[in-house]
Amino acid sequence: MLNSNEILQTLRMIDQNKLDVRTITMGISLLECVPGPESGLCDRIYDRIARQAERLVPVGDEIERELGIPIVNKRISITPAALISAGTDPVALARALDRAAKAVGVNFLGGFSALVHKAMTAADQALIRAIPEALATTDVVCSSVNVGTTKAGINMDAVRLMGQVIKEAAERTKEMDGFACAKLVVFSNAVEDNPFMAGAFHGVGEGDAAINVGVSGPGVVKAALEECKGAPFDVVAETIKRTAFKITRVGQLVAKEASRRLNVPFGIVDLSLAPTPTMGDSVAHILEEMGLEVTGTHGTTAALALLNDAVKKGGVMASSHVGGLSGAFIPVSEDIGMIDAANKGVLCLDKLEAMTCVCSVGLDMIAIPGDTPAETISAIIADEAAIGMINQKTTAVRIIPAPGKGVGDQVVFGGLLGEAPIIPVHRESSKTFIDRGGRIPAPIHSLRN
Amino acid sequence: MKAVVTVLGKDRTGIIANVSNLLYQKGVNILDISQTILSGMFTMIMLVEVGQDAQYDEVRSALMDLAKEMGLEIRVQRSDIFDAMHRI
Repeated sequence: MLNSNEILQTLRMIDQNKLDVRTITMGISLLECVPGPESGLCDRIYDRIARQAERLVPVGDEIERELGIPIVNKRISITPAALISAGTDPVALARALDRAAKAVGVNFLGGFSALVHKAMTAADQALIRAIPEALATTDVVCSSVNVGTTKAGINMDAVRLMGQVIKEAAERTKEMDGFACAKLVVFSNAVEDNPFMAGAFHGVGEGDAAINVGVSGPGVVKAALEECKGAPFDVVAETIKRTAFKITRVGQLVAKEASRRLNVPFGIVDLSLAPTPTMGDSVAHILEEMGLEVTGTHGTTAALALLNDAVKKGGVMASSHVGGLSGAFIPVSEDIGMIDAANKGVLCLDKLEAMTCVCSVGLDMIAIPGDTPAETISAIIADEAAIGMINQKTTAVRIIPAPGKGVGDQVVFGGLLGEAPIIPVHRESSKTFIDRGGRIPAPIHSLRN
Repeated sequence: MKAVVTVLGKDRTGIIANVSNLLYQKGVNILDISQTILSGMFTMIMLVEVGQDAQYDEVRSALMDLAKEMGLEIRVQRSDIFDAMHRI
């Protein structure tokens, strides 16, 4: 029999520490939609998604009611669209995806994507060039482009193109502070089973469909650390591990239930600490609880490294399949502590870049001046992709050059995407560097066979 | 299915009587019950057996109505979530 303390601890985690399951994401393969006349591709895709995901939202709500834990998002990820879009207008395809996602009631659909880490096909190029219009004229479609891997190196032609695409996406949504860029991620070493947006897609190594679940719970970790003030780091790491274990067990339970009820195979649980802009749900506040006055000061990278590792160690035993991005997210606009640190000028782009060497993803939801040249954005992407390539980890850039705004201004996206101060970038040019194009060769440790 | 009913609120007469009476009317079997006052707050935890899945929503919604009526916080959750978190 459970004891009262355990039951009340769970309730406290949910009520006061904002424990939730961040997302149930259904991965759907669209490869079966390809055969048939090109003119009917959008209809076939719409039908496939509407049929497969018909019960996703009601089942998610049902599990939420029964277990009494919020399941914040229900989402869909699809086969990277560039693999199936040859001969079709990519923007029309994005609109079909948008309609299908809305028909089944999900919050976001990810996978308007291209994997171009070595080179681009004609279909990849067409899709990438269509990203600004696709994101500006749809509501829930998210896009990602993989420009590098440890095995293939970095496709610098794609990196150059993505700088231009990000600028254009921002310009097309300038009345919303460049909101389209919040739905666009540039990856190195992208993973095939990530349930989190905006970078989710259903990889080609996946089956017809899969249920992937992303857990959350920065508030729970912070509350646990409040109990061990002044204790050595061994105790801090142990406390995080224990907490991550409990959080992940809930994710595993939800994933199994969703898989059973939807009759879709269980894929993975993503052990990520995903913050929200509300108080008590911040990764930055965990770092500050460890003893940093403000996130971004000296010691931040070490604190984040410990956190990221302990989350994985604690969570991995709690789930039969762990995957996705798994670690601590550090999106600036989506984390109240990060927003405060950026407002104080302590958290700068260079420090964020250092943090991405030890956390789960990368430069995320960072607003930069609207007049930042496309080549500078490409160079930021190249730096981040290089960190991913050399360290054999996923890295990403989701950056927003807010049109008409400069350092000191704010961008406001609302909801989970939050708000952020514009932070400065180096003004010295990277144009000649980016103009070279070509491919940065894969590192020596890619040759492991 | 087994579910945990937690009742939190300012102590007053009739809380146990009303909650258990409602469960009785809905045919829900109470397997275990514990009750305490924590910093002036009445706290009751019940482990119950809800007959069929379909009955779960009905019981839950009746308890929500009672919570509103009596100014209490009542939660019904499948016991699986607590087992998952606290038992290996």
